[in-house]
Amino acid sequence: MPYIPHTQDDVGVMLERIGAASIDDLFDEIPQALRVGALAGVPDALSEMEVSRLAAERAAADGRPLNFIGAGAYEHHIPAPVWALVTRGEIYSAYTPYQAEASQGTLQIMYEYQSMIAGLTGMDVSNASLYDGASALAEACLMAVRAHRRSTSARILLPETVNPAWRHVARAITEGQGLRLETVACDPATGRIDPHALAAHAGEDVTALVVPQPNFFGQLEDADALTRWARANGALVIAAVNPVSLAVMKPPGEWGDGGADIACGDAQPFGVPLSSGGPYVGFMACRAEHVRQLPGRIAGRTVDVEGRPGFTLTLQAREQHIRRAKATSNICTNQGLLMTAATIHLALLGPAGLERVARACIARTGELVDALTRLPGVQAAFPGPRFHEAVLRLERPAGPVLEALAAGGIAGGFDLARDYPWLGDALLVCATETRTTSDIEAYARALGAVLGRAAAA
Amino acid sequence: MSQIPADLRYTKSHEWMRTLPDGTVEIGITDHAQQSLGDLVFVEVPEPGRRLAAGDACAVVESVKAASDVYSPLAGEVVAGNPGLAAQPELINRDPYGEGWILRLKPSGGAAAESLDAAGYEAVTASGG
Repeated sequence: MPYIPHTQDDVGVMLERIGAASIDDLFDEIPQALRVGALAGVPDALSEMEVSRLAAERAAADGRPLNFIGAGAYEHHIPAPVWALVTRGEIYSAYTPYQAEASQGTLQIMYEYQSMIAGLTGMDVSNASLYDGASALAEACLMAVRAHRRSTSARILLPETVNPAWRHVARAITEGQGLRLETVACDPATGRIDPHALAAHAGEDVTALVVPQPNFFGQLEDADALTRWARANGALVIAAVNPVSLAVMKPPGEWGDGGADIACGDAQPFGVPLSSGGPYVGFMACRAEHVRQLPGRIAGRTVDVEGRPGFTLTLQAREQHIRRAKATSNICTNQGLLMTAATIHLALLGPAGLERVARACIARTGELVDALTRLPGVQAAFPGPRFHEAVLRLERPAGPVLEALAAGGIAGGFDLARDYPWLGDALLVCATETRTTSDIEAYARALGAVLGRAAAA
Repeated sequence: MSQIPADLRYTKSHEWMRTLPDGTVEIGITDHAQQSLGDLVFVEVPEPGRRLAAGDACAVVESVKAASDVYSPLAGEVVAGNPGLAAQPELINRDPYGEGWILRLKPSGGAAAESLDAAGYEAVTASGG
């Protein structure tokens, strides 16, 4: 059956009825100059065999590098049952079904996911996921402005130590809606939020402070002190957290005196493989008092007319189909499929398993930093405690070094020059539980060779 | 048949107004409005100190089947939101003209939206408005 059900005759009848000569006439109001026209370089339809071959060739071009890049997307071991279960026909869909309550299994998965996210973050309530960590941060900023009813400034303090890609996305989504996202500088000595830069905002009308934990450099911020500062200055606290780290760190719900108001981040580390930039899955949780400002779907547990337990979509008056233009978000799609993967992944690991993963990440990153900083011309940039990433300073630009490593099959890290020019020649590296001692030794040998050649040249 | 007390003023968007002895104006939604919405589950009232223009959305009433804005019939500064509604939104269903008041406003004397007397409002509800 063709996906487009209208025959040429159907189309002709419809055009005649509305008095249009052709389908192109329907687009008359779009100026010619703005039209794409023919798509140069896009081939005509290919057969399945041709597409498979093309895709395999393109995928092979990526190679299978030994990966030491994090910077927002993390390589973790995904137990085989995760995707064996996710791809079962009963749940293999990204969408919340229409007549949601007829799909009790889907709603139960959402409910279990929300329970896990609420437990990890120490918050009261979670939604059923958002697109990704970056858009979750944007939604958290918008939500804070709605939730903080005594603040009229719509100003969010967004530290430089938050993932730069997330900051770009948050700006793109919120600034057209009247929010002001103001950067708070990083202390170049510690790689953490500069307390003096923050103190300059004391006494001002600040709607919310974003607290990244760990921050983009892998360093641990003083989340308790930052949360207390925000409380003392009448601002809400938005926690932007790595969910794996929560297995071993104080959850946002317990930060400072009274905890964060909103916690968000990317659940990609839970069962979602790295795949050329996506898809990811955003999570978002909050304190109960803010729940009516939370965007996205929420599954709730209830009883039916005969008293049997069941699941339902709840608090829907926040959503577009009821609230229209005043809905809490205009992004209404969640990442149901990846949320399902995250739920199964977490269920398989359990709290003890996730804690072992987090501790292994910390240990491997420590080992990596030790191995690389033994090389001449490589130094750790920041001394403080870190999670599973670290900034290394080199004595030459990181870009060419990374290219040379890539030629040898090693994805050696993220070049910080573009986003943080003040850092000089610096590299962000990451090691999760998937990196072995021999992987780390291989990286150290390769880096030593590349730097040695460069020094001799 | 819904109650429409004769001593209050009304709007076409189903708010009522009562001028209190101290000159402030108490605002709520009518019996007709609460019947149309059904059982209320949540009411968001404005913070004291907020300045409103006539026609501004100033509160949200949410029932099991709908969420609606409440519009301020006149300009002024919010003196109080009804603190009882946070725990008991059903006060509006039970007593829309008494315990179910939503906010009190100190009028600033600016332009007021068009208001109706009881007979005028009854005509609005009778015409299906």
